[in-house]
Amino acid sequence: MRTKTILQNYLFVLPAFLIFSIFYIYPFYKVFTLALCQWDGIARFDFAKNFIGLRNFIELFQDKIWWSAMLQAGYITLIALTFQNALALGLALACDRDMKGGNIYRVIFYLPPVLSEVVAGLVWKWIYDGNYGLLNYWLQNIGLSNLVTDWLSNPKTALICVAIIHCWKGFGWGFIIFLAGLQTIPRQLYEPAKVDGASSWQMFKSVTLPLMVPVFILVSILTVLGTMQVFVLILSMTGGGPGYHTEVPVTRILASMVGSSRFGYACSQGIMFGAVLLAVSFVQIKLSKYMKQA
Amino acid sequence: MKGQYRKVCLFFILSLFTVFLSIFLASCGPQAQKKEQVKSIKIWHWMSDREEAFLELARRYEKETGVRVNFELYAPSDAYTQKVRAAAQTNTLPDIFGILGEKRYFASFVKSGYVYDLTEEMDRDMGAWKNKLFVKALAVNEFEQENSFGVKPGIYGVPIDVTNIQMLYNKDLLRAVGADPSNPPKTWKDLIEVNKKLKANGVHGLVSGWGEIWMIDCMASNYAFNIMGKDKVLATIRGEVSYTDPDWIKVFDLFREMRDEGLLASGIVTMVNKTAEQLFANNRAAFAFNGSWCVNVYKGMNPNLNYGAMLPPQVSDKYPMTIWGGAGSSFMVNKQSKDVQPAVDFLKWITDAPQQIFLSKEAQGLPSNKYSLKDMPMVLSQFASAMDNTTHPNVWGVSEFPAVIEAFNKGIQYIIIGEKTPEQLAADIQAVKEREMAKKQ
Repeated sequence: MRTKTILQNYLFVLPAFLIFSIFYIYPFYKVFTLALCQWDGIARFDFAKNFIGLRNFIELFQDKIWWSAMLQAGYITLIALTFQNALALGLALACDRDMKGGNIYRVIFYLPPVLSEVVAGLVWKWIYDGNYGLLNYWLQNIGLSNLVTDWLSNPKTALICVAIIHCWKGFGWGFIIFLAGLQTIPRQLYEPAKVDGASSWQMFKSVTLPLMVPVFILVSILTVLGTMQVFVLILSMTGGGPGYHTEVPVTRILASMVGSSRFGYACSQGIMFGAVLLAVSFVQIKLSKYMKQA
Repeated sequence: MKGQYRKVCLFFILSLFTVFLSIFLASCGPQAQKKEQVKSIKIWHWMSDREEAFLELARRYEKETGVRVNFELYAPSDAYTQKVRAAAQTNTLPDIFGILGEKRYFASFVKSGYVYDLTEEMDRDMGAWKNKLFVKALAVNEFEQENSFGVKPGIYGVPIDVTNIQMLYNKDLLRAVGADPSNPPKTWKDLIEVNKKLKANGVHGLVSGWGEIWMIDCMASNYAFNIMGKDKVLATIRGEVSYTDPDWIKVFDLFREMRDEGLLASGIVTMVNKTAEQLFANNRAAFAFNGSWCVNVYKGMNPNLNYGAMLPPQVSDKYPMTIWGGAGSSFMVNKQSKDVQPAVDFLKWITDAPQQIFLSKEAQGLPSNKYSLKDMPMVLSQFASAMDNTTHPNVWGVSEFPAVIEAFNKGIQYIIIGEKTPEQLAADIQAVKEREMAKKQ
């Protein structure tokens, strides 16, 4: 009877296990296998014939373009972590109050994330256009002609322009999560502070901030993971150019896989990228535990 | 009660089994074989601009032969490429498909047994099929004796159109700045001179989709052929000549000169070809570097555009000006298809003059059948007349390492944005080349 129950239990778990194996374990296994091989994605895959050991990883460690792409993604992430999340928090605090038309603001702030990234990228590319872009037109009209430039082709401005649009596109997520977090804080906690004559800043610092720590952690982890993997915006705005100035890890993986047909190398890039993201998330979780205790 | 329930279940299962068995047996019967006789061919393509024309040709073919042709469109070309590669891995390639990209990918498909060797078909009846196609278009689909890819010599694809990449000039803009539109610049010096006039009048010089970096490669190799000749270019690819050779530096210096002279439209390094086409079609740039497909594109964007096509102005008269060209789009027959012969027959039919004239008219492109050059627009005729000057990396017999191609193209972008000198770029490319060669050994 007991054996029958155990068997039944396993039978119930089997579908989930099969789905998990097919869609998670097998692809992971395949990526790891391919990372140890040199394969063009066309010829029939033969592990013994294509096996090259750790050569892809050794090459990856020496690939300056890959690491500069990683740094560039890190730069965009830093901007997103600070400015994007500050904006999201500010707007969430503003919308948390009882105000007229609050819902309209919420919808407006949440619009950019809903837009297609390709469409957003192309629209902003047009705004940034050096020849006929709206930005240069406005700058000229307000007497700032000296600032007119080819925003996306100028190596000094291309990356920051992409970062700004990424923040504009992404702040809505943070806004919604922050707003949800703020609304879970009991209003009664603010009442005694108000009675004691605490200013808005003091209430924020002493009541809101400590209670929002878990939300900050969640938003920061999501921001890091989402921004490091930024890709569609870059592809539609600059294609990684000029030169390598706006290349990020995912565009490099794509270049290896589609551009050079180096599936093995692309897989090793994917594994390395995953490992870096895992390490960053691990550090964030450790930090968050420390902050909670503090 | 329980027993009755079991009986009902058993009856239901048996009925289902009987139904499925009947369907299975019926499908294996003579009726099914009869259906099999109505052949159909499946073709995967990526040419969204020709979808309607293909469907019309499929209708005509079915009417003529009774063979149904199913064209399936998968666009854009990047997605198509991935689909074909994935299908190759799973043995689900259609009867006819196209292989996009460099020749080594084509070679890999052939070596893996996915592509049918058409040599015999091409040579049949004293080469009747082969002889009606443009030699240069066919060459792209051919592997010669002792090719470096290790592919058995032969013809493995059929060009359905031809293309080449040249310079376009806007006649109205040239006239407006006092240049003679009937005599566009023939030499580099002429081009720089005309550009001075354009610049003085606030008109953009050259636009091109150099954000899609292969177009940079195309222009640079045109000038490499003009400055140092084909042999030296190929020797460089083989690793016998260094990229730091003065001739290569001369090639890279042309991009520096274009930048310094203000010949390049601003933003050209991240400009996609569609944007470049819009700028040229809207009379916002005097020159464009674009392929013969542009005739159809410009017609859609501005039917009144007054322009012509010319070879890129030559820098040296030591070697002829050579442009990229050859087969625009080619189809291959799946070697593992059950319908190889019907597929070959269809390709023979589609490359016949009536179908080629129809395709050329519908898509405003150049036909691959050399007896179909009829009633073409002026600009298209100019493109057609330059076919003798064409070459293509896919016919060189050697291919450069992808890492070197990337360093080459991205490096030229660095020259345009002023972050590298031609000498620095040459040294960088050579370093990548040596690294890749060392890896190969």
